[in-house]
Amino acid sequence: MTYEARIGLEVHVQLKTRSKMFCACSAEFGDEPNTRVCPVCLGYPGAMPAMNREAVELTALTGLMVGAQVAPLSVFARKSYFYPDMPKNYQISQYDRPLCIGGAVAIEWEGREKLVGLTRIHLEEDVGKSSHFGTSSGVDFNRAGIPLMEIVTEPVLTAPEEADAFLQALRQMVRYAGVSDGNMERGNIRCDANCSVRLRGETALGAKTEIKNLNTFKGVLAALRYEIRRQQDVLAAGGRVAMETRRWDGETGTTASMRSKEEAHDYRYFPEPDLMPVAMAPEQLAALQARIPELPRARRERFCRDYGLPAYDSEVLAADKAVADFFDETARVSDNPKAVSNWMMTEVLAKLAETGRTLAETPVAPRQLAELIALVDRGQINMPTAKSLFATMFDKGGDPVALVEQEGLAQVSSADDIGAWARQAVEENPKSVADYRSGKKAALQFLVGQVMRRSRGRAHPQKAAEALEELLKG
Amino acid sequence: MDTASVTLGEALAGLDRGDWSSEELVSDLLARIEAGNGALNAYLDVDADDALSQARAADRQRARGERAPLLGAPLAVKDNINVAGQSCACASRILEGYKAPCDATAIARLRREGAVFLGRTNMDEFAMGSSTEYSARGPARNPRNPDCVPGGSSGGSAAAVAAGMALAALGSDTGGSIRQPAAFCGCVGFKPSYGRVSRYGLTAFASSLDQIGSLTRGVDDATRLFFSMAGPDARDATTVTLPLPAPEACRREDLKGVVIGVPKEYFPSALAPDVRAAVLAAAETCRALGAETRDISLPHTEYAMAVYYIVAPAEASANLARFDGVRYGRRAAGATSPMDLYCRTRSEGFGREVKRRILLGAYVLSSGYYDAYYLSAQKARTLIRDDFTAAFRDCDAILAPVTPSAAFRMGEKTEDPVQMYLTDVFTATANLAGLCALSLPCAMNADGLPLAAQLIGPAFREDAVLGAAAALERAWGGPTGWMGRRA
Ligand SMILES: [Zn+2]
Repeated sequence: MTYEARIGLEVHVQLKTRSKMFCACSAEFGDEPNTRVCPVCLGYPGAMPAMNREAVELTALTGLMVGAQVAPLSVFARKSYFYPDMPKNYQISQYDRPLCIGGAVAIEWEGREKLVGLTRIHLEEDVGKSSHFGTSSGVDFNRAGIPLMEIVTEPVLTAPEEADAFLQALRQMVRYAGVSDGNMERGNIRCDANCSVRLRGETALGAKTEIKNLNTFKGVLAALRYEIRRQQDVLAAGGRVAMETRRWDGETGTTASMRSKEEAHDYRYFPEPDLMPVAMAPEQLAALQARIPELPRARRERFCRDYGLPAYDSEVLAADKAVADFFDETARVSDNPKAVSNWMMTEVLAKLAETGRTLAETPVAPRQLAELIALVDRGQINMPTAKSLFATMFDKGGDPVALVEQEGLAQVSSADDIGAWARQAVEENPKSVADYRSGKKAALQFLVGQVMRRSRGRAHPQKAAEALEELLKG
Repeated sequence: MDTASVTLGEALAGLDRGDWSSEELVSDLLARIEAGNGALNAYLDVDADDALSQARAADRQRARGERAPLLGAPLAVKDNINVAGQSCACASRILEGYKAPCDATAIARLRREGAVFLGRTNMDEFAMGSSTEYSARGPARNPRNPDCVPGGSSGGSAAAVAAGMALAALGSDTGGSIRQPAAFCGCVGFKPSYGRVSRYGLTAFASSLDQIGSLTRGVDDATRLFFSMAGPDARDATTVTLPLPAPEACRREDLKGVVIGVPKEYFPSALAPDVRAAVLAAAETCRALGAETRDISLPHTEYAMAVYYIVAPAEASANLARFDGVRYGRRAAGATSPMDLYCRTRSEGFGREVKRRILLGAYVLSSGYYDAYYLSAQKARTLIRDDFTAAFRDCDAILAPVTPSAAFRMGEKTEDPVQMYLTDVFTATANLAGLCALSLPCAMNADGLPLAAQLIGPAFREDAVLGAAAALERAWGGPTGWMGRRA
């Protein structure tokens, strides 16, 4: 018997706003516990929420990006449950009138594009963070009140890997639009998954479980793989899957029952009386529409079309908005976009990975990278020089043309100079000369290296090889 | 000077003339509190040194030639409104020892205008009650007759003003909590329209109904405090930016051209005859002042109590969830888990009436019951609001009783919550519809208890209510004139 899985995700994305959802406290990550708090986000008596309009706009912007319907009027609601990390013991969220309805996110799945349908996107406030120390517990409320966007998919994902592809695409999109930092280690994206399994060919969905505590992409994959296997085993043994909430334990790699359907919370939702409904006027939506950046897919296509890049290059470059922007600007002022792409994918990304810096944190400007490439293309410097020059530009900054001049790095192509270095190399390395003459052509590379060393890297490598071959012929 | 009868306006005039200082006013009040509060329990906390130092600071400002509308004016504040550094316990054990971290917006505005904050007045715990008998700090009593309740929930504020222990006080009104005690004690109780005075810093009971207002000895004092507190506040999203009424319109001498509606549903057969007589006499005075009175109908009035006792507890059940022993206030000892901490803290900390309403509220919001209770109540609330909208097409203000009877006796209704709830029957409609309303003392009954009439105005037309009340008060001989009238 073959089974198939149906997965729906509820993804919580922390929005990138300066202040919290309902107060003026900073929404920055980190800092000492309970230092970014005030009477509002601590739920003090008499404190009232004041809405952060930017959070509403970022959520609506996301809605527009996925083609959702942005409601002209949406309503905040109180979701009641007691938990120590909940300052008011109710969360201000949205219930029956969310900000965005419908829409879809395009993903690559099984070699084709697939649209993953969304049920809704709504806005809510984050809660604090509990920590347990032996005999006591503490709560840090710095995170309490940070705006969260909850994105709910239809149960249309068919495999853990597809869920992963969806999360990657979503993350890429929110980062592109500056909606969120999308940093999983910092808890910017958290996720719950609904999962059910049925016999292939059946039309009704099987009994589903909800898996909580999926805080890494790897965790989502592992938990869904485990849970699908578990449900299949239950069904194969003739059992029935219990509708329940389960908790993923990353340590043991298993899910365990948290509460049954009967123990499910009654959140007692009702409209938040302290906030007015959120109105979205057509003019505001038009203004947001103008804020939508070129999204990854469109950008990949354009890179292929306008710069003649292979699909692979476009995909790598478009994955991160900062990288794509940098490439775009460099390619625009360069005569050799493919060379720019090669530089980006090798030297630039390697340097970023090696130093842990972002492009914004480096002194290199797109125009400078384009000049560096032009120097190589015009034969004014050779590739090894270019690479070491780039390292200097990346670390300390500087204009490549000026640096070449200052350091005397210009490539030497004159036959006199190269001929002199080549003669020295031949005289001083009789063994290599003998090797070459006895048919070991690789010995030539050694001799070229000797020429390069004597020229302090400036000799034109091709011309050096030609000069050596000429000498050795005789 | 006699602080027992002087109005806030007269006290301020005396300060301007140099007849007395703020320090003298406050000392005099403190002496009266010292002498009288033991019997009445109107105040919960008074920090005499702090009050005197605020008064001296105001006197120094005045000596430097500075002026502000309320410079040196002492005010009593209900125990659910945050005044920075003062206790704000809502007369509940669960907030024992809790000190407000900052001023409510209304307090900040009064402070900027020079007010001095005298002390904290008694109330029904979390403003849930109509007699101030549900205070964790013991009941307050009615200064007109200590065997009677002062009304509630702002009973301490009403008793303090009526007993000469405050010139004026702040209260909060969710279903009549300012107007009903004002009627029972014989002072002017004014609830502005919902959205007019910021609720930021008012410990929430029912957020869609709560409004801060005043209890004063005269109508002009109510007008004065209203203009000091009113106006939009970025920290309360439900405040409105509509312009305030013209101050002159709040200080009328006659009622020429004014149409006053008298709703038949507010005069049921169970209405006490003395209350009926007092309100009808007020209608007579309105006509004598040039108004036309017109019989009107507010047909959905009968649903008001049911709606109120669904909406208010529902909102309260969420608003009071934050009192859990985790961050501030009382924390029960010996808890073994978070749930145990909540249960112990809330069991010890809340009184019976508060628990009753939390349970009621949680029940009507529960899945499966929401539509039948909360949603139906919201629909009925719309009908009640529509009644008033229709009525105000034909009249400028509505005249009605405040309460079904004069002040009742202590203990009379504490064992029968429904009877207690019904004392709000004529007042809760203004909260449900977001209107402004005022309780004006009219006469003394045969037992020497005050009788009052209620003026209800359209939302954001406080001038309709304050103007009519000012003309009536004047017609009866000024702020104390009602005491000589019998009904
Ligand atoms: Zn805050």
